[in-house]
Amino acid sequence: MRKLSILLVLALICAALSGCGQGGTSSATATVRFLNFKPEIASVYEEIARAYEEETGVKVVVETAAANTYESTLTAKMATSEAPTIFQVNGPLGYANWKDFCKDLSQSQITDIITDDNLLLKTQEGVFGIPYVVEGYGIIYNDEIMRKFFALPDKKTDVASVEEITSFDKLKEVVEEMSQKKKELGIEGVFASTSLKPGEDWRWQTHLMNLPVHYEFKKNDIDLSTDETSNFKFEFNRNYKNIFDLYLNNSVTDKKMLGAKITGDSMAEFALGRCAMVQNGNWGYSQIKEVGGNKVREEDVKMMPVYIGIEDETEGLCIGTENYLCINKRADENTQKAAEDFLYWLFSSETGKRYVNEGLGFITPFNTFAVDEVPDDPLAREVVRWMNREGVDTIPWDFTIFPSQVFKNNLGSNLLQYAQGTKNWDTVVDETVRDWKSESNK
Amino acid sequence: MKKYAPVFLLPLTLAFTVFFVIPFLGGLILSFTEFTTVDNAHFIGFDNYIKAFSGDSGFLNALWFTVKFTVVSVVTVNVLAFLLALLLTKPLKGVNLFRTVFFLPNLIGGIVLGYIWNVIINGVLSYFGVDITFSANYGFWGLVLLMNWQMIGYMMIIYIAGLQSVDRGLVEAAYIDGANARSALWHVTIPSLMPSVTICTFLTLTNSFKLFDQNLALTGGAPGKQTSMLALDIYDTFYGRIGWQGVGQAKAVVFFVIVALIALVQLYFTRSREVEV
Repeated sequence: MRKLSILLVLALICAALSGCGQGGTSSATATVRFLNFKPEIASVYEEIARAYEEETGVKVVVETAAANTYESTLTAKMATSEAPTIFQVNGPLGYANWKDFCKDLSQSQITDIITDDNLLLKTQEGVFGIPYVVEGYGIIYNDEIMRKFFALPDKKTDVASVEEITSFDKLKEVVEEMSQKKKELGIEGVFASTSLKPGEDWRWQTHLMNLPVHYEFKKNDIDLSTDETSNFKFEFNRNYKNIFDLYLNNSVTDKKMLGAKITGDSMAEFALGRCAMVQNGNWGYSQIKEVGGNKVREEDVKMMPVYIGIEDETEGLCIGTENYLCINKRADENTQKAAEDFLYWLFSSETGKRYVNEGLGFITPFNTFAVDEVPDDPLAREVVRWMNREGVDTIPWDFTIFPSQVFKNNLGSNLLQYAQGTKNWDTVVDETVRDWKSESNK
Repeated sequence: MKKYAPVFLLPLTLAFTVFFVIPFLGGLILSFTEFTTVDNAHFIGFDNYIKAFSGDSGFLNALWFTVKFTVVSVVTVNVLAFLLALLLTKPLKGVNLFRTVFFLPNLIGGIVLGYIWNVIINGVLSYFGVDITFSANYGFWGLVLLMNWQMIGYMMIIYIAGLQSVDRGLVEAAYIDGANARSALWHVTIPSLMPSVTICTFLTLTNSFKLFDQNLALTGGAPGKQTSMLALDIYDTFYGRIGWQGVGQAKAVVFFVIVALIALVQLYFTRSREVEV
């Protein structure tokens, strides 16, 4: 009996060991693994992968992280034997976290087709991230409601059309009068809810905050690639407060009730015609389109810059990227090469470009795309229109150098407390400046 | 039969080692390193622990909030569950239906419960022109309410089982000796119920301390981080803060030590009050 039990133990150990042993052997043919950031277009990527395999025989496995879980999914997957070959980081901060994994792409074919080298994610040592989609944000407005307002017989303001709104003062004048006449316009408020639920506050703590930060660094001639940026004073905090107050006071939702509002609520309010304006970017069009009972016509969805009263006359939309593709330098040589080829194919071949335009709906920063090869949605067209407009300067996405997510979250919760009336503005400013400094010195 | 012991123990020992002991030791080692993924760690000594206890890491705030929450919810859950159990061991109509109804909330997952209660609480608070993010107090009592709603039914079932196994003869003897209902409850029923009390306090204590889903869904830590409990704080540190994964790991180790200590101390004290009949 003793022998039998020992035999059994041995058998079990053998089974366990051999089970573990099989993971080590890797196949000779390269399989590219792509960890996708955008769940809403996962099915398009899968289609692309199939098309690429048919054309070249190289297998591309697309895996998608659920919304808001990219970092955790990437962290978990990186440690496995099936680590992603292509993954993405969100700018200099994300790169700092993944620098041990990002391959230097300065010799890669794909850096040759980028329209502007400044868009690349690079350091002194090389190029580590390739931007693949350019996005823009501003104030999205419903032109139908705006036309209705400008046609009102008892309208008091001198501004005669949206085109004439070219400064914060004019915006404020129009918005406040629209608020008074909201019954006649059939809206509940001019702006959609200022969604300030934790995790849903990025439109304010990141996007809106980009403007005062950009103008402060521009005014003081700060080099953004140095640590001079740690010295931030929030000089334009009054301008920020003005536009933020305008959003809060002319909104669909009472400003004390914003802590439960999410971005989806705001986009739905816009889609249902309950408000005339919402601050968001071109990615928001899919959300507008998907809302059931949508009342906004495609041709009436337009975008204008967020005027905050600094350089209004030349201000354009905020256009940039925080999506950079990186190649895992820990993958074997073959796979790295295959990954580079795949990306080059996607953004330069006819088939690839068609998928990018029609399926993924990206405005790309690659010179392989002709001027008329832009996605077919009204907000993407607005972004392109503003990008090419004479006399306005596009505001870059300087928020990619914001010191940390903690800084942004703290600002978001401070803004919520300000809206609720439990924190005054000066305290918000002081704490923002303090957080910026302490988070920069980590 | 002893010689068969290895055969029967081996699968579990193996599984326990592979899925618990090894990851746990790995986690312990990682807490002394700086890392992005588990295989590119650099040893940095006690830095993570120092950072974890520094002022701006949020750990001490979360610890204090968790302790407050645990004390309040252990007391409320157990008292209410015990009272319900007393009520539902009386010969009432529809006892089984009520037992089932009170037990049901326990079958709903924490995240779902958190979102449901978020809507309910915000709906009520909106009459007063505020919502749950206004003050840490709302979040705190919201969490207590949620915890009670979820746990009472489960604890009630354990107490009911305990009450049903209390020796009837003992209680009757007490009445014959002139005890009234209250002293019979206090001096006879409750002492015989100590094993159930041990189990229930253990479960509520550790569950309250480890609460995560409900916290995430109900308040998400708002306002600011004031209603973040330990588990949520660890999660936020690990995933929300670039370069702080090691600190999150260090916090997790400290968290483990605290939970283990509390559980052992509590078990020791309630066990010592159990009586043999």
